[in-house]
Amino acid sequence: MTKMLTDARSIRIKGRSFLAVVLAPDLPFDDWLIRLDDLAARSAGFFLGRPVVLDVTDLPIDRAQLKDLITELAGRNVNIMGIEGGRPSILGPGMPPALKGGRPVSDEAVAKEPIIELRNGEPKPVTPEVRSALQSIVIREPVRSGQSVIFPEGDVTIIGSVASGAEIIAGGSVHIYGTLRGRAMAGSLGNASARIFCRKLEAELVAIDGIYKMAEDMAPGLRGQSVQLWLEGDSIIAEKLI
Amino acid sequence: MGKVIVVTSGKGGVGKTTSTAALGAALAQRNERVVVVDFDVGLRNLDLVMGAERRVVYDLINVIQGEAKLTQALIRDKRLETLYLLPASQTRDKDNLTPEGVERVITELKRVFDWVICDSPAGIESGATLAMRHADMAVVVTNPEVSSVRDSDRIIGLLDSKTMKAERGERMEKHLLLTRYDANRAERGDMLKVEDVLEILSIPLLGIIPESMDVLRASNIGSPVTLADARSAPAMAYFDAARRLAGEVLPITIPGEKRGIFGKIFARRAA
Repeated sequence: MTKMLTDARSIRIKGRSFLAVVLAPDLPFDDWLIRLDDLAARSAGFFLGRPVVLDVTDLPIDRAQLKDLITELAGRNVNIMGIEGGRPSILGPGMPPALKGGRPVSDEAVAKEPIIELRNGEPKPVTPEVRSALQSIVIREPVRSGQSVIFPEGDVTIIGSVASGAEIIAGGSVHIYGTLRGRAMAGSLGNASARIFCRKLEAELVAIDGIYKMAEDMAPGLRGQSVQLWLEGDSIIAEKLI
Repeated sequence: MGKVIVVTSGKGGVGKTTSTAALGAALAQRNERVVVVDFDVGLRNLDLVMGAERRVVYDLINVIQGEAKLTQALIRDKRLETLYLLPASQTRDKDNLTPEGVERVITELKRVFDWVICDSPAGIESGATLAMRHADMAVVVTNPEVSSVRDSDRIIGLLDSKTMKAERGERMEKHLLLTRYDANRAERGDMLKVEDVLEILSIPLLGIIPESMDVLRASNIGSPVTLADARSAPAMAYFDAARRLAGEVLPITIPGEKRGIFGKIFARRAA
């Protein structure tokens, strides 16, 4: 018997990565839980609403012990979303799924995650100060055909021309003190305020924050001119520089 | 120690082989010891332009594979005592060109010759990158049209990243040789102008070789144009380019530009 499809629309499946806190308990669990309670008392709500992964790599425990630990943690409002490094024999139904292929991140990144503090019984979100130092690179020679400069961390300045068939991809703005004949993409990681500046516009393609414009869509009066380009709403605006 | 020059372009048919032969013969006429090396394995042509196609016994691949000694493979030119050719193999596969083998051959040639001129194959594959790998200097051959200019630009990028010099953090000396230049067509706008090419590639100009029947005629009789007809316009341009390679400072003349009063006098005398 064939199942009838109820709806022609497809189901969206996407990949996405999230930052999770990894807890690596050690034996005996009772002592470890006391230390965890100490930590929780100092910074209340540290685990509240955060995805937590339990790392049990190399721990000589059985299924029952793991189940007890998960229950203990659930009682402390620590919700385990996955288990890393667990042997298949200790995992079972009703337990969080096994996770593989995790990559470490800096401790700073974990600390930057919003932490909710409990004060006077009232949860009050604290906005974290995410201000990474602005970075920029300067390239002192022409960018040749087939070369690409990729700098997601900030601004790119080229002292020289960008050849036809070359590309510049910057997280911030792109400054070209020469002719732009290739492609320039500014705000590549999602920065609508990034701009593109060039001394002479002959570009094949320009893009800001994922919105692009081909050579033939550009006003012919701008060819060969000193130009800056920026984003207004969903369209790229270009203007001659004096 | 001799100087290793790679003659390269990216695009095919722009005049790499012709320029290799012409520059080689021009330098050899200054009594300097010159070897021209064909790297175009499988599509060799330098032996034809040098008029040595019937004298090839061993080739570059034989030397690299250890089947022949370098002295057995080198062919001395019949007209110039100091000019030699190391031919490429026409039958073997270009995969036989190994990085170690090329390094050994180039090192050995450098010890004996003042100039080692490597004729690169077209493209950006292993043949071309091996030909440029050990160069001290590059001659980028370009025609005044957009596809050739873009390919040259690509090659310049490779010269700055894939060569031994670049890997040691040194700067590769690059020179532009503009070939098949037709002043009338450039004037009409059918061809890129000299200043446009220079603006795009931004490397120093070694010379401008005019489009001429003399080049084709010389190739057909198996002689570098600087030997076949030393008084012809392309030969003169190649002689000047060779002098600049050797370090002389000469003003560059654009072929077909209106000559000064001296030019007129000389033109009348020659007529």
